[in-house]
Amino acid sequence: MNEAADRIGPPRGWGARMFSSLNRKTAIVASASAVCAMVLSIGAVAGPRQAEIDAPPVVELAPANFEYVLPGEFTRADKPDNAPRLTVKFKKPVVMMKRQVTAAEYQRCVDDHVCASTDGASERRDMPAVLVSWLDATAYAGWLSAKLGVKYRLPTDEEWTFAAGSHAPDEEGFVVDPDNPAKTWLSRYAREANADPTVKEPQPIGYFGANEHGLLDVGGNVWEWTSTCYSRTARDDAGRPTRAVTRNCGVRIAEGGHRAYITDFIRDARGGGCAVGTPPSNLGFRLVRDDIRSWWLF
Amino acid sequence: MNISRRAAMIGAAGLAAVAASVSVPDAADAAVKSEGNETLPTRREKIKLVMPPFVHPHDQVAKHGPTIKEFTLTVHEKKIVVDDDGTTMNAMTYDGSIPGPLMVVHQDDYIELTLVNPDTNTMEHNIDFHASTGALGGGALTHVMPGEQVVLRFKATRPGVFIYHCAPGGPMIPWHVVSGMQGAVMVLPRDGLKDGNGKSLHYDRVYYVGETEFYIPRDANGKFKTYDSLGDAYTDTEQTMRGLIPSHVVFNGKVGALTGKNAMPAKVGETVLIVHSQANRDTRPHLIGGHGDYVWESGKFSNPPETDLETWFVRGGSAAAALYTFRQPGVYAYLNHNLIEAVLLGATAHFKVEGKWNNGLMAQVKAPGPIPGKTQGAL
Repeated sequence: MNEAADRIGPPRGWGARMFSSLNRKTAIVASASAVCAMVLSIGAVAGPRQAEIDAPPVVELAPANFEYVLPGEFTRADKPDNAPRLTVKFKKPVVMMKRQVTAAEYQRCVDDHVCASTDGASERRDMPAVLVSWLDATAYAGWLSAKLGVKYRLPTDEEWTFAAGSHAPDEEGFVVDPDNPAKTWLSRYAREANADPTVKEPQPIGYFGANEHGLLDVGGNVWEWTSTCYSRTARDDAGRPTRAVTRNCGVRIAEGGHRAYITDFIRDARGGGCAVGTPPSNLGFRLVRDDIRSWWLF
Repeated sequence: MNISRRAAMIGAAGLAAVAASVSVPDAADAAVKSEGNETLPTRREKIKLVMPPFVHPHDQVAKHGPTIKEFTLTVHEKKIVVDDDGTTMNAMTYDGSIPGPLMVVHQDDYIELTLVNPDTNTMEHNIDFHASTGALGGGALTHVMPGEQVVLRFKATRPGVFIYHCAPGGPMIPWHVVSGMQGAVMVLPRDGLKDGNGKSLHYDRVYYVGETEFYIPRDANGKFKTYDSLGDAYTDTEQTMRGLIPSHVVFNGKVGALTGKNAMPAKVGETVLIVHSQANRDTRPHLIGGHGDYVWESGKFSNPPETDLETWFVRGGSAAAALYTFRQPGVYAYLNHNLIEAVLLGATAHFKVEGKWNNGLMAQVKAPGPIPGKTQGAL
């Protein structure tokens, strides 16, 4: 599902933002047929303008096993339940940007009339782009892919969590008491409040340091968009996820101090969050780079 | 300015039938002489104020006869951060907090306030108590320049929650108030709170939520401006105030001051009194998922409280008191139910309530899941 969603990324201002006015399901379905057109379009523009944009620095993470608490919400026997924890292994390396997309990088996409102008874009090369929606971030990924002739996309939540390593938020073991739903709300509220950054304003790249993989500012005060959609999954009696899944791709996961589910057109989650939670301080993103051969052989 | 202040003080003293002399040495003496036939209580108590939303310890039913309760408020002018974007405001505060601390006394007690204006400040200040009688609520007797202090005593004749605020004169009045100089006094009936049938009401916790709105000027690009000093901020701020559209509407001085780590704790079965003040502008508190069991909407305890309210109206320039016993655990939002002001401008607080869930009051009969009969996996 995330693969399909990733390919929404419009190469020339076409696409993702137009989808915002459409029914979400329509948009996702439409994206599959849009892929071919996109490939051609990228091929057309990748040549002469390629040198204008530098490829962002990346970190390559070798495939490894890691423990992953599945995103989304879960039920069992018609009651809310905790998320299952699985061991996940990637078949290929994850090649992820070392830092978040900067305000200046995003501004170049705005200057090209592909990305929407937001207050989070500027000429600052040392600051992360913030106030970007999932649609903005996806448009940027499409634009950068076209510029460089290499496929860049938002990471899936699994990829992000793997790369975040020790900086990934603790999503393990919220209290689930079928007799008292408030225990879950209170434990989640407390954990989010404790993870709430003391500094809320965006800080220069590198301010929050590097994780064990050398990725900068992971889990700082800029939450990062992923391509993973909101989902609700029924677990069977043994706790295994079943095929009874509701998915809403109008809501995507942004990762940072905690796992946040944000509507895709929201740029400032503080105004779009729920009534009783701790919203992300800022919304930004970093991209993963797909192997070039797999992209062209698609 | 000094001359006109002195004239105001002399004028006030002259109105008192027993004023012996027009050469009034200070405001405190003037108050003693104006007592007429009343005898001041001999009992005194010095009370240490605490920062909102908390309230200093007090008895709900008076254990002693009328008492002179001594309080001190020190004015702090300081630059504060009012939101997560780091927007700053050149604030003026009583005791460093917005709102100033809640002072609790009983009817027929006296409030004896020492108002201190340290010489590190730049502005003249005073205080107008809506709970007091005469002299512009004490405002005419309490003007203090930087480096001065004054003592005012007044009798708390009427029970209820009442605003206090700075009112130095002319355009300074709204500017000082929306810059933070507002707070509240709670005058309890001597025998405590009662419902409409005379039955005693008791609270296990009390929280003081002071709602204020700010008018922070923006530059040509829509960004909030910063200023080196109060004086530098004045002209632009006054212009913004004239538009009557606040840049921020907040509880306790800052967006998020009562959420997250600062959310207000309570327990199922506990009765909480929420005092809500707004010195300048109307508001409408609402507790999401709860009610006002007993609400003194206009804030005055000699009137019977309304019961079972969903939302209550707080007139600008007044305070209200709402009593609620929590019946379910969870995280509650307590907000100004103009939801634009609550969510986008900041007027939201949270309660964290621990306790046992009551399935009889509410249950999720069936968790969300696919609509029966619809094909899944269409995506």
